[in-house]
Amino acid sequence: MSKFKKKKSGDMPAVNTASLPDIVFMLLFFFMVATVMRQNTLMIENNLPFADQVEKLDKKDLVMYIYAGKPSANYKQYGTEAKIQLNDKFADVKEIASFIAAERASKREELIPFLTTALKVDSDANMGLIGDIKQELRKVNALKINYTTKKGSVFGRD
Amino acid sequence: MAKRAAPEVNAGSMADIAFLLLIFFLVTTTIETDSGINRKLPPMEESEEDVIIKQKNIFTVLLNKNDQLLVEDEQMELKDLRQAAVAFLDNGGDKSCDYCRGQKDPTSSDNPDKAIISLANDRETSYKTYIAVQNELVAAYNELRNTRAQALYGKSFSDMEANYKDVNWPGNKEKLKEKIDQIKTEYPQKLSEVQK
Repeated sequence: MSKFKKKKSGDMPAVNTASLPDIVFMLLFFFMVATVMRQNTLMIENNLPFADQVEKLDKKDLVMYIYAGKPSANYKQYGTEAKIQLNDKFADVKEIASFIAAERASKREELIPFLTTALKVDSDANMGLIGDIKQELRKVNALKINYTTKKGSVFGRD
Repeated sequence: MAKRAAPEVNAGSMADIAFLLLIFFLVTTTIETDSGINRKLPPMEESEEDVIIKQKNIFTVLLNKNDQLLVEDEQMELKDLRQAAVAFLDNGGDKSCDYCRGQKDPTSSDNPDKAIISLANDRETSYKTYIAVQNELVAAYNELRNTRAQALYGKSFSDMEANYKDVNWPGNKEKLKEKIDQIKTEYPQKLSEVQK
């Protein structure tokens, strides 16, 4: 009856790690579902202002992003004035029109009226730049805009 | 001869592979959901005839380059702006508005439908302050709409809008849309920005 003979166990059995891949996969799937790919590499400081009367910006594929702010530490050679960033490079105000046209061309025609422009502007930028951007957007008839903000009270943030 | 079991594939490195993928996704993605204040810009074409608006129906808000606020020719702190805007919009000076609960001051706005908030800013105004002011003005409208919705339908306006956007909401969407539009016509958002 040697079949049922108990093994002599002297030392501690190793912890079973067979389910570790399952746990990690679970985490992986969570992150894959809950996150979106980073679209642009920011070359500017982008510390968004706070507001609490916000609306969610759904339909990510119908949003065009315009970034603005001071060049970040790695791009000091571009000066300290707030600049506009479109896609992955600095741009001039005049380039907004062609940017919008390119974005529109890449979308299906019936979706074009629903396109929204999200302005992601650093809180220390001044309104002159934003006024110029808005003027350019009006010229190309991209009238739906969204000032992207963080959620929080506007008071006591200095 | 005993049947030999197929050798098991060694799955010990599976965890490493999964970790590698996990770290890749952690680095390349962002969780942020974009939210912000929605605005609509006025179209470019110039209208020929000038619309004449009575001075008392305009609520002027000026933001200067030092981020100071001038409301109706008086300096004001940001925290008082919301109340002032609510009082102006809900005034109902010509008594045609039966749902207004304001002062009925004949020198202030006639009707929420006619009341216009005009916002002007300098080029040097900081974006942060501009957003704060926009936020407060939108908050004033939302406050009025919420109280009105509460009085009419026993639900706040923001809840109604959230329900309308929610695909799983069980109620009747057409009716809800009507109610939302009703409140929107009672308190239309008339916020104009002055171009310099």
